[in-house]
Amino acid sequence: MADFEVPELQEIPVIPKLKEGAMAHSSPFISKEQFQIPLGYPGELVENWEEKVYEKMDDLRKRYRSFQVYLDACVKCGACTDKCHYYLGTSDPKNMPVARQDLLRKVYRGKFTAAGKFWTKLGMPWMVGAAEMTKELLDEWYSYFHQCSQCRRCSVYCPYGIDTAEISMAAREIMDSVGVGQKYCNEIIGKVFKIGNNLGLPQPALVDTLEGLEEEVQEDTGVAVKFPLDVKGADILLVTPSADFFAEPHVDGLIGYAKVFHETGASWTMSSHASEAGNFGMFIGSYENMRRVSRRIREAAIELGVKRIVFGECGHAWRIAYSFLNTLAGPWDFLDPNYPVPQHICEYTYDAIQAGKLKFDKSQNDWRTMTFHDSCNVARASRMGPKPGGQFEIPRAVIKAVCNNFHDMPAETIGEATFCCGGGGGLLTDDLMEIRVKGAKPRAEALKSVVEEQGVTHMAAICAICKSQFTKVLPYYGFTMDQIVSVHQLVGDAIVLTKSDSDE
Amino acid sequence: MTALSYFFVFLFYAATAVFVIGVARKIMQYARTPAPLKIPTTPAPVTQTGVVFRMAREVVLFSSLFKSNKWTWVFGWMFHFALLLAFVRHLRYAISSDNILWPLINNSLVLAAGQYGALAMLLGLTGLFGRRIFVDRVRYISAPSDYLMLILIFAIATTGAMMSFVTHTDIVQLKSFVLGLIWFNWQPLPNDGLLITHLALVALLMLIFPISKLLHAPGLFFSPTRNQVDNPREKRHISPWGQAIDDAEAKAKA
Repeated sequence: MADFEVPELQEIPVIPKLKEGAMAHSSPFISKEQFQIPLGYPGELVENWEEKVYEKMDDLRKRYRSFQVYLDACVKCGACTDKCHYYLGTSDPKNMPVARQDLLRKVYRGKFTAAGKFWTKLGMPWMVGAAEMTKELLDEWYSYFHQCSQCRRCSVYCPYGIDTAEISMAAREIMDSVGVGQKYCNEIIGKVFKIGNNLGLPQPALVDTLEGLEEEVQEDTGVAVKFPLDVKGADILLVTPSADFFAEPHVDGLIGYAKVFHETGASWTMSSHASEAGNFGMFIGSYENMRRVSRRIREAAIELGVKRIVFGECGHAWRIAYSFLNTLAGPWDFLDPNYPVPQHICEYTYDAIQAGKLKFDKSQNDWRTMTFHDSCNVARASRMGPKPGGQFEIPRAVIKAVCNNFHDMPAETIGEATFCCGGGGGLLTDDLMEIRVKGAKPRAEALKSVVEEQGVTHMAAICAICKSQFTKVLPYYGFTMDQIVSVHQLVGDAIVLTKSDSDE
Repeated sequence: MTALSYFFVFLFYAATAVFVIGVARKIMQYARTPAPLKIPTTPAPVTQTGVVFRMAREVVLFSSLFKSNKWTWVFGWMFHFALLLAFVRHLRYAISSDNILWPLINNSLVLAAGQYGALAMLLGLTGLFGRRIFVDRVRYISAPSDYLMLILIFAIATTGAMMSFVTHTDIVQLKSFVLGLIWFNWQPLPNDGLLITHLALVALLMLIFPISKLLHAPGLFFSPTRNQVDNPREKRHISPWGQAIDDAEAKAKA
């Protein structure tokens, strides 16, 4: 099945012994010129690139406090060394967060600190962990900064809150600026600029897909649930990951949202211009590209004249929506001030449940015993509801409102300690299959424990990347792909739809 | 006054200048560098008061490190707390007996805590050093400077503890030396090998502070994942350079 060794799941997870170079061969495809230019990057490795790397590093440390402080503050205490799912799955020491950061930090130390410059002059930069930029090091950057899903688990445990995601984003931005980009991310961002979504689905294809969904739901339920697109004057703009339009189990989530909107009597629409909640600009650490993708949502909201914005199930999209959208595409003073901008679909559904607007037949989900995977970006980089930790409680409350059987995975693998699916941060591409499979090991172990002890049959997720990643990699560990479901798939399966006269 | 005393007068002025100016420059650099995006590690406090409590838990209790690894936490916290006790005990060399703080500093409890704290400090440092050597992950990430830093502090603590537990130095003369430094009325340093070693190493520590990982101390307060309020939907966060991008785009459109 795989041309690499699939790790064996362990009963009690153990911290592996180091295996140097275990993943040194892993590198994603390099972006070609055609995918670099539209993002404002050179098409190939530029001349004099070492100097350009130093210049960009200097630029970024002046623009990002996180970058500057985190390069200085690390004391190499080792608190993060056993926290990364890629280290746990591969044993490669360069997948320990601090070692990953040091690939970049050693260049910073050699070029920008007095201690580093001093020891470099004496020919002993290694005394203080400094180094000069070389082509070999650039290749290592490319390899190991694409073995980080920017999930922030390490930042939870760091005594200074050092976030490797900030370093790996900066590293990717530096590499892009000298012409070394990642094909997967950059090609996708180009598609958003050109067409409006990551999958490159043009407006007619969306219309077709949504009509198909309306027919399907009508056939299943006998109720005319609408999937509106580009409806001017609607109250709510739903922005959802484009995978929701057809991938499994994503599309069942979209059906769930539509049913919830139907039952709450909401006036809502999707937009073909902003037909993507995801924003890979974050993965490549580019404020400018992330901003440009985000502005499409602003443009769509103005064009359609909506009053609220709601986001579908997607992890990194919710980080950008919740934490960055106000910065990148705000202010939102033209929207209804009675609602936060934006809202998560789980917040919307939760509020509707609290208000008694939704009826459920929970027995529809009785054949399933559920667990829930906290997506990294939702867990550690966002919130839902008014209280800290709402991002853990609200999705679980929604699931428990529609399912009778629910068990959490072990405490050290959920909540703020959740393990990434292994496919986040721009790694969800076939050319990185090995690191994706190995990175999923800690989550697979946690899932296995509740499958065996509590009889869990399905795992729900609220992230398009988690869903795609799990359906693809969990089979390597003996699970089946249909064991991964959308949260709103469970909602959609249990919701009792109200028939109107026209439905008869 | 001997040449050695003059040398130490000079050394301590130089070390203090490097330490104060160096750390102040780093603090200014951190304070002036914008944080363009909201990146608190969540769940995070939703109010400024909440952030103060979060930061206090990190600074006083090392709460994130506690979550991570109990051994590193025990040794690390023991070392840092002992450092604080030792610092307080040392104040008696710099504060004259007519100062209002004197009774607080010169009481047997504080002095004993400072004295026996030295042992806790050595134990903590030994533990941290042991982890660097014996835990393969920590060994892998350690540069020579990481070991040397521990050895330096260990040597400072050892020489200090020896003067406290084994052979006492002339603390009356030491105090007049320190007060002389403060009031620019220089006095001779006791001619004691242990003391001279102790002071030279402390000066070295002050000199390397602003160019080493010891910057973790000011750095923590500026860490956006720990010091930001979780309120991005309620309050628009924008950096000067982020605003400049918005302005340039608005101008181009107009």
